[in-house]
Amino acid sequence: MATGALGKIYSDGEVIVQQGKSGDCMYEILEGKVEVLEESSEHPLRLAVLHKGDFFGEMAIFEREARSATVRALGDVRALTIDRKNLLRRISEDPSLAFRILEKMSHRIRELNKKLVQTQSKSN
Amino acid sequence: MSSDLKLSDGSRIAVIGGGPAGSFFSNFVLSMAERMGLELVVDIYESRDFSIPGPPGCNMCGGIISETLVQMLATEGIELPPVVVQRGVDSYLLHMDVGSVRIDTPHHEKRIGAVHRGAGPKGLTDAKWLSFDGFLLSLAHDKGAQIVQGRVDDITWTDGRPQVKTKKGEPQTYDFLAMATGVNSAALKLFEDMDLGYIPPKSTKTFICEYYLGEETVEKYLGSSMHTFLLKIPRLEFAAIIPKGEYATVCMLGKKIDKELVDAFLNSPVVKQVFPADWEPQEQACHCSPKMYLQGAKQPFADRLVFIGDCGISRLYKDGIGAAYRTAKAAATSVVFEGIAKQDFQKHFMVACNRMETDNKLGAFIFKVVHIIQQMRFSRRGILRMVAKEQKKEGKRRLMSLVLWDMFTGSAPYREVFIRTFHPYFIGGLIKNLVIGIWPAKKRIPVEEE
Ligand SMILES: Cc1cc2nc3c(=O)[nH]c(=O)nc-3n(C[C@H](O)[C@H](O)[C@H](O)COP(=O)(O)OP(=O)(O)OC[C@H]3O[C@@H](n4cnc5c(N)ncnc54)[C@H](O)[C@@H]3O)c2cc1C
Repeated sequence: MATGALGKIYSDGEVIVQQGKSGDCMYEILEGKVEVLEESSEHPLRLAVLHKGDFFGEMAIFEREARSATVRALGDVRALTIDRKNLLRRISEDPSLAFRILEKMSHRIRELNKKLVQTQSKSN
Repeated sequence: MSSDLKLSDGSRIAVIGGGPAGSFFSNFVLSMAERMGLELVVDIYESRDFSIPGPPGCNMCGGIISETLVQMLATEGIELPPVVVQRGVDSYLLHMDVGSVRIDTPHHEKRIGAVHRGAGPKGLTDAKWLSFDGFLLSLAHDKGAQIVQGRVDDITWTDGRPQVKTKKGEPQTYDFLAMATGVNSAALKLFEDMDLGYIPPKSTKTFICEYYLGEETVEKYLGSSMHTFLLKIPRLEFAAIIPKGEYATVCMLGKKIDKELVDAFLNSPVVKQVFPADWEPQEQACHCSPKMYLQGAKQPFADRLVFIGDCGISRLYKDGIGAAYRTAKAAATSVVFEGIAKQDFQKHFMVACNRMETDNKLGAFIFKVVHIIQQMRFSRRGILRMVAKEQKKEGKRRLMSLVLWDMFTGSAPYREVFIRTFHPYFIGGLIKNLVIGIWPAKKRIPVEEE
């Protein structure tokens, strides 16, 4: 890790976020990629692969519910945590800070819609 | 209600100063305008060249990018890359005559950045890292701002619009002016006779020196910790040593800092133990005595004009760059979403400024208390003991550690630091440790090695 690399390194396969656990931060990927897994059934289902510049774990910040999925490092990953308290305080002072989060979430909904249409047209 | 004085497509903005406040403002005003479908022209006037090592390319500062700012920038999509951040900081070491104690970030994560504001200290030949200010300026440029290299030496008003003049160029008229010159600029004097009510901020002189140690020595002796010192040396308020890539930055705050005071600090046994045993401070090391913001400017706005960063309102003794980010963002939001009249800034921009000003008042009080603690050996020992105990036990409430962490890192508002000190466990722990601290200890408490 370069002396100036911020955040923390997670090694290949390391679980960064565990489904069902409570969480008080979200993560921004600074380097590498992660996979998002839904682990309710016996065979985990890969929901997404996220890359540098993406964030994850934001749902636990806004909903105060347990983590809805597991996030695991795919190769070495460098990620930075963003504390719930810090973030919510700043958003309450400066709502425009949430623009990018909203943008990313809306992009995710768009992607999910596409997937839903694909799945439905396959099953028809 | 917002005013009718608004920017429209093609409106021209002049930003005087391409330090953090100027670059953040330009970046945010352009990206917010883009979201609103508004086309603005932004010119940033900057007299320094951030690619030149030494004073001509440096906005003299300790170069700590606070935990909160690192996190907020990441949220905004601004990642500080390892070619700009020279060292990720994951802990603070508090050194006193009675001992030293380490306070770590949660999960030992590198959450704080140590940067050089310019290309590096004078004499640097092989620059391995980029200037922080240069990096922010390049982001603003990428967003569409034009960089005008040169010192603004006159500002006048023609037909109610600001006109900006540099030595070489023709006077340029703008629709809006953002002043972001910091506290060290003579340009603030230009506003004295303008009858706008603006009075520049109060400031105090400080001292900064960059000592070359080499990457290995920095790693071995300073590590990834910021070293803060609360020592009982006459005229010294506070000092810090910040590890960079190959250098150690010494920052001192006190009354009339002169060579005698700097020598007293560097020769103190507590400071010497941080450096290699045979280390001698280099006489020719790059040093400066910049002014530090103390108290906010009066009336930092008018029609078509706003003062952001240090030349307006900032935070007391900490996180000045984070404060520049906040006021820049608040000003950009006012400009794009509300308007550019005096009342728009009063209503929107000043909310963020007043929040910091009120918090600074509490900060000033807390620093007075710290000053008293600094003067009494038993209280220094009591606090050190309390932190040392907290840090040893996993899962224990780390109340004093949190208070000191927030004080020295600038992570939380002073209000939060203050509220934490009312926690019954904090008060109980403090009283207990102060009483124990009355009994003299035989030796200094050394830092717990991990
Ligand atoms: C000793 C010391 C240590 C500090 N340590 C830290 C720290 O570790 N972390 C932290 O967050 N803050 C720290 N600060 C505070 C921090 O330096 C300031 O809060 C921050 O630089 C303010 O940013 P700014 O953009 O408002 O002003 P500045 O950084 O001063 O930038 C102003 C810019 O305007 C330009 N300019 C000025 N006049 C003109 C003109 N007429 N024409 C064209 N350009 C002009 C200058 O060249 C400069 O680039 C420290 C301050 C001091 C004194």
